[in-house]
Amino acid sequence: MKQRLGGLFLLLAAWQLPVIAMAEDLIMTRSVLAFPEAMLALQESIAAHGYTVSRVQRIDVGLTGMGYETDKYRVVFAGKIEEIRQFTDKAPQLTPFLPPKIAIFAEGGQTVLVTINPQQYGEIAGDAIDPAIFDRWESDLRSIFHDVNSAR
Amino acid sequence: MTVHAAPQGDRLYAAHCAACHGETGSGGVGVPLSLPSFLDGVDDEFLRITIRQGRPGRVMPAFKSLSDAQVNAIVRHLRSWSDKPAPTYTRTPIQGDVEQGRQLYATHCAECHGENGDGGKGTGVAFSRKRAHDIVPPALNNRAFLAAASDEMIRRTLQQGRQGTPMQSFIKLGLSGQQINDLVSYVRSFELQQATPKVPHDGHVEAAISMESAYSLEETVENLKDAIISQNFIIIREDTLEHGLVREGEDDPSEKILHFCNFKFLYDALEVDPRIGMFLPCRVTVTEIDGKVTVTTINPVYLGRLFNNDELHEYCVEMKALYTTILEDATL
Repeated sequence: MKQRLGGLFLLLAAWQLPVIAMAEDLIMTRSVLAFPEAMLALQESIAAHGYTVSRVQRIDVGLTGMGYETDKYRVVFAGKIEEIRQFTDKAPQLTPFLPPKIAIFAEGGQTVLVTINPQQYGEIAGDAIDPAIFDRWESDLRSIFHDVNSAR
Repeated sequence: MTVHAAPQGDRLYAAHCAACHGETGSGGVGVPLSLPSFLDGVDDEFLRITIRQGRPGRVMPAFKSLSDAQVNAIVRHLRSWSDKPAPTYTRTPIQGDVEQGRQLYATHCAECHGENGDGGKGTGVAFSRKRAHDIVPPALNNRAFLAAASDEMIRRTLQQGRQGTPMQSFIKLGLSGQQINDLVSYVRSFELQQATPKVPHDGHVEAAISMESAYSLEETVENLKDAIISQNFIIIREDTLEHGLVREGEDDPSEKILHFCNFKFLYDALEVDPRIGMFLPCRVTVTEIDGKVTVTTINPVYLGRLFNNDELHEYCVEMKALYTTILEDATL
């Protein structure tokens, strides 16, 4: 019975494979939504996963302000203060990478999101930080990207 | 009882390919895959090897963790976009005159594919800018391209061109069968002079550039501002690392960040790789712990390794030199 349930679980897991790039150094996804709607979906999902958006850097506004033509491009910084403090304390080499960020940009009528796979932060931190934190970050980011990808 | 579900190509494509190539294969960061002239011109082996090996140094990653069944499922999904059967090619080498091919290449191919077969610049993301090529011409000297493409496939591409791309039929351009064979042999000769990917994947690269300052935190911040401006950057803002994560006034004042930008550099770099938001904005973190002041930036060369983009690597090397100069100027 257990084996049958395990098989069923595998089938369901395969069916629910999130539509985001897997096991790469960078995690990416695409939304069929236009930029403003995708941006809204991203910020809502970040908050729903318990993270705080600390800043949205408007790259496109800076570029156009300087006279360069560009489409929409933002960088969203988000984190949890207790984790950020833990990292800067125990793994100061991670400090310049904090808070983690997600780049979001328009591509025609759709939107592309990209972020660093948190396992990369784990490599930088070495033994100083419990790797389970980066596993959870990765899981949360994939879930956030899945939310944006499936938002309509 | 063990249940083995057949891999679903559409879902695997959505998970691994759609972010770059588009949900319907219309292209984006990656080249368009659903073009009929592309699907009718490449065999399944070309697609399989391309998925497995990627294009070293040309953004497309190698998907080494996929099983053979998963790779085949993705290939079947790509094939579902065409109503024609996949072409089949032998791996028999085509005999041509390499020297004649070299001259023909310089006349007919180098303008788009580069003098040495390095391919076009950038990706398919234009950010509404005008581009030299709507579709980035592939790097013909890339070792993974040469592994994936048989001589016959290259010859057919030359004969028929790629409708929907700037690649024209060389028969229509007036080249003979022998001349096309000469070109195939020249392209194949790139195997002997393949460019080594520039991105360093082996050996240790520090993740961050860090220096101790002989000055106080406030003095170091002011020194940094002068150093940043002297390197032709504009300072965007100064805040704390914890800004926005805690209520105003509760952030740790001993962790300062200076954000800065060179917009011309940024504009050019975005053309090379649209994913560079991971580097943005440029910033230096200044921390004071037990009276010791330290300035730190990311090491762009370290971060750049994640992008599989030789062009971007050149920008990263330049940025690393600029960051190092700024930190030295501010701390020494």
